[in-house]
Amino acid sequence: MKPKRNLISIDDFCSSCNVETSFINTLNQTGLIEITSVEENLYINIDHMPQLEKIVRLHYELDINLEGIETIIHLLHRINGLQDEITQLRNRLELYE
Amino acid sequence: MAFIDYYKVLGVDKKATVKDIKAAYRKLARKYHPDLNPNDAEAKRKFQEINEAHEVLSDPAKRKKYDQYGEDWKHSDQFESARQSQRQSSQNRRQTTGSGWADYGGSTGGEGFSDFFESFFGAGASGGKSRQMKFRGEDYNAELKLELEDIIRSHKQTLTVNGKKIRITIPASIENGQTIKIAGHGGEGINGGPNGDLYITFSIANHPRFKRLKNDLYLTVEIGLYTALLGGEITVETLDGKVKLNVKPETQNGSKIKLKGKGLPVYKSEGQSGDLYITFSVKLPSNLTEEEKALFTQLSKL
Repeated sequence: MKPKRNLISIDDFCSSCNVETSFINTLNQTGLIEITSVEENLYINIDHMPQLEKIVRLHYELDINLEGIETIIHLLHRINGLQDEITQLRNRLELYE
Repeated sequence: MAFIDYYKVLGVDKKATVKDIKAAYRKLARKYHPDLNPNDAEAKRKFQEINEAHEVLSDPAKRKKYDQYGEDWKHSDQFESARQSQRQSSQNRRQTTGSGWADYGGSTGGEGFSDFFESFFGAGASGGKSRQMKFRGEDYNAELKLELEDIIRSHKQTLTVNGKKIRITIPASIENGQTIKIAGHGGEGINGGPNGDLYITFSIANHPRFKRLKNDLYLTVEIGLYTALLGGEITVETLDGKVKLNVKPETQNGSKIKLKGKGLPVYKSEGQSGDLYITFSVKLPSNLTEEEKALFTQLSKL
């Protein structure tokens, strides 16, 4: 099948990473990843791959369940947001130094 | 190169079972895993240490060798070869099954392992895991230090990252602390996976004269008392050249004026620029002559 631009087949990902397709479907249902359906085949956008790989590592390497992963992803978003805010505030603070 | 106490790293006893080691590893890995500690170099270092300890202690053969030589690890190869030749001569050329350390052909090539590990077990001794997953390569993080003058306009710069030269465009007005992603320029993929990405964080040095807030620049300019009182023309050096300014009579100390469009270009918006705010700092005369003092006294009495 002709590869779709910027899309990675879920089947390919699952077979190369030894991950069950049901796990990916569950992630999709919980909204942790977004799956695109094209001509009855399931794909993930290449931009979402780092997030999916991170989730796979958390689940398979660290034995963290889905609820734990949801919490971690939420907190990581908050950490990233706070880090950006700190950077902006530091830059602003330099005005007064 | 110092000896590493892997038991201490994992916080387990020398008699720890495989189960204990696994449990200790999981606990520490959950604490220091790079996915859970973004941009934390110390956590990454600690995780590599834990990983290495787990690699050795969870593998019965590696653990046996490690336990056998311990702090005498530097002599392990000599002991091994001496013992092997002794065994060979005594067994009179009996065929051996060959379980030397070189047989630990790992797929990950031991990247991220200490010199101690490489030296003790040989390069490429890591791995041997049952899961042959395809993984993206490691993401690299780099810091690029720039001066304020470097970000007045977009320009190309060649960087050397891990021995490879890459040419990138540095967009005008990139923020201090901002990170950009260069896709595919990270570590090589594992087991045929795609390459990781390179993340460059920009560090813009403080300028001795200009302060910056997003696209606006702030500058303090000193003017003399007479210029402040009576007005006059001064020349100000902005980032893109000299500008002549008319100072209005009776300009107050600390008053500000705005030079529209003389700030930094708006990030990724062609043709738009921030403003330059100038604060006047009035410098009072010092070492007054008797005549000047007399005149100021006269003025004060008016």
